[in-house]
Amino acid sequence: MSNLWVIAKREFAHYFVSILAYAAAFMIFLIVGILFFINNWGAAQQGSPPDTRSMFGPLAFLMLFAIPALTMRLLSEEQKTGTLELMLTAPLRDWELVAGKWLGAYAFMLVVLIVSLGFPLTLHMLTQPAGIEQGPLWASYLGLALMVGAMLAVGLMASAVTENQVVALLISFAVLIAFWLIGSPSSLLGGWMGNTLDYLDISNHFYNNFYRGVINTVDIVYYVSLMIVPLYIATQFVSSRRWR
Amino acid sequence: MIQVEDLTKRYGSFLAVDKINFHAEKGEIVGFLGPNGAGKTTTMRILTGFMPPSEGRATVAGFDVFNESLEVRKRVGYLPESVPLYTDMTVYEYLTFMGELRKVADREERIEETMDAVKITDRADTFISHLSKGYRQRVGLAQALLHHPEVLILDEPTIGLDPAQVVEVRNLIKDVGKDRTVMLSTHILTEAQNICNRVLIINKGQIVAEDSPARLQARLAGADRVRVKVSGDGTGIHGSLEGLPGVTRVNKVSDGEFEIETKPGQDVRPEVARRIVNGGWGLLELRYVGMSLEDIFLQLTRDEVEVAQ
Repeated sequence: MSNLWVIAKREFAHYFVSILAYAAAFMIFLIVGILFFINNWGAAQQGSPPDTRSMFGPLAFLMLFAIPALTMRLLSEEQKTGTLELMLTAPLRDWELVAGKWLGAYAFMLVVLIVSLGFPLTLHMLTQPAGIEQGPLWASYLGLALMVGAMLAVGLMASAVTENQVVALLISFAVLIAFWLIGSPSSLLGGWMGNTLDYLDISNHFYNNFYRGVINTVDIVYYVSLMIVPLYIATQFVSSRRWR
Repeated sequence: MIQVEDLTKRYGSFLAVDKINFHAEKGEIVGFLGPNGAGKTTTMRILTGFMPPSEGRATVAGFDVFNESLEVRKRVGYLPESVPLYTDMTVYEYLTFMGELRKVADREERIEETMDAVKITDRADTFISHLSKGYRQRVGLAQALLHHPEVLILDEPTIGLDPAQVVEVRNLIKDVGKDRTVMLSTHILTEAQNICNRVLIINKGQIVAEDSPARLQARLAGADRVRVKVSGDGTGIHGSLEGLPGVTRVNKVSDGEFEIETKPGQDVRPEVARRIVNGGWGLLELRYVGMSLEDIFLQLTRDEVEVAQ
């Protein structure tokens, strides 16, 4: 088995014995569930068609809170307890350690997303024979999965910077919020600066396209870059531990 | 198996390891002895590929620790001083995880074997967070032994163990050391004396002495010592013995007990006995003390001790 998988497997398994992971999942499903019910019940009263967007909106937003909490310990704890020394003297490359951790966390979040399928599925069954629109549903899931991957990479990067988990949490929270808001002044600025900020915004790529059922290569490239760059930086931080 | 040439490590302006040279062969147990902060851990961390040296070079099993780090890491078993473990895993899960990373063949069998060797089989399904210090130490040791490494590097392997466990672990290390290279650090002198074929005394980043424990003792024995015990408080014995040829000094240890320092190679015991008996003091005990490794260690690292005082 490749080192990457060994590390990923351990991290993935860790989430299932972690109370924090359950708490984060609980928060996501409770809030999303309430909003999903209120919105669709209201829509049913008014006779408007059922809409899965009432789920994806809050689900995407809640990731801002859930992901820093789920990634904060990934590398911080290893630095604090000294197990990083064990990893760095084991025959595995630094990037395998970092990417493995990310992959494990990603696998857990994908499980969360799969469980969330229960909401649209329920709605789909309740609204037979018409059912719900399939296009935006799957596009939104794809967009969300990509965005979550990028956010996890940012969280992991923050965790590589410090051995203090709370500091890691605050750093990743700050960076993610900044990426979430950065596109807001784009309409005021206009021109190439506006476009650049617009492109950097992590939420725009989701809400403007995937959320509406549009799949663009540009958006996919954006999210994949936002996975690779932080993972690269995290690896550099881990490697720099050797020099200190 | 281990070859170290002019190895130097600086942390900023602090010189942790200063141009040290040594080697260790297969079947050798080499002890790294020195006060805290002498550079033992730093040297071991360089040898395990955890950090690069500032200058100089080190090879393990023929591979450079910096340029061929992965090859070195495959061949080394390492127990860091703080015994870091994943406390959220059970002993068996943890060893499985390390075994997977180390690509251990016949993993399950090998884990059983190793757990048996360090006597942790009864705790296989216990979470590491619930283990006592002694058990954790042994889990750390199991992790280091799991992949049959050619080179075993153990940083303070017996620290925190109770006396019975210390004996067990020492025997285990001796056993493992028969067909592999073991390098261990300690500041317990009897430990170095008991299990090492060779001792390196390191102080302030430099190797100040290197030899077998016995030869080190012989070579550095600047003085031999004899202890005598007489009945009564031994008034006047001091002057009587001090005049003997070969005696350099007589120290009173307690009432009726004296320590006589002599020039090396001169056995003063018969003459001491004669004087005491002739002087009318009742001779209760006459014992050769020699110079312990402890004394040698203190002598060699005296600066450190003086600073500490």
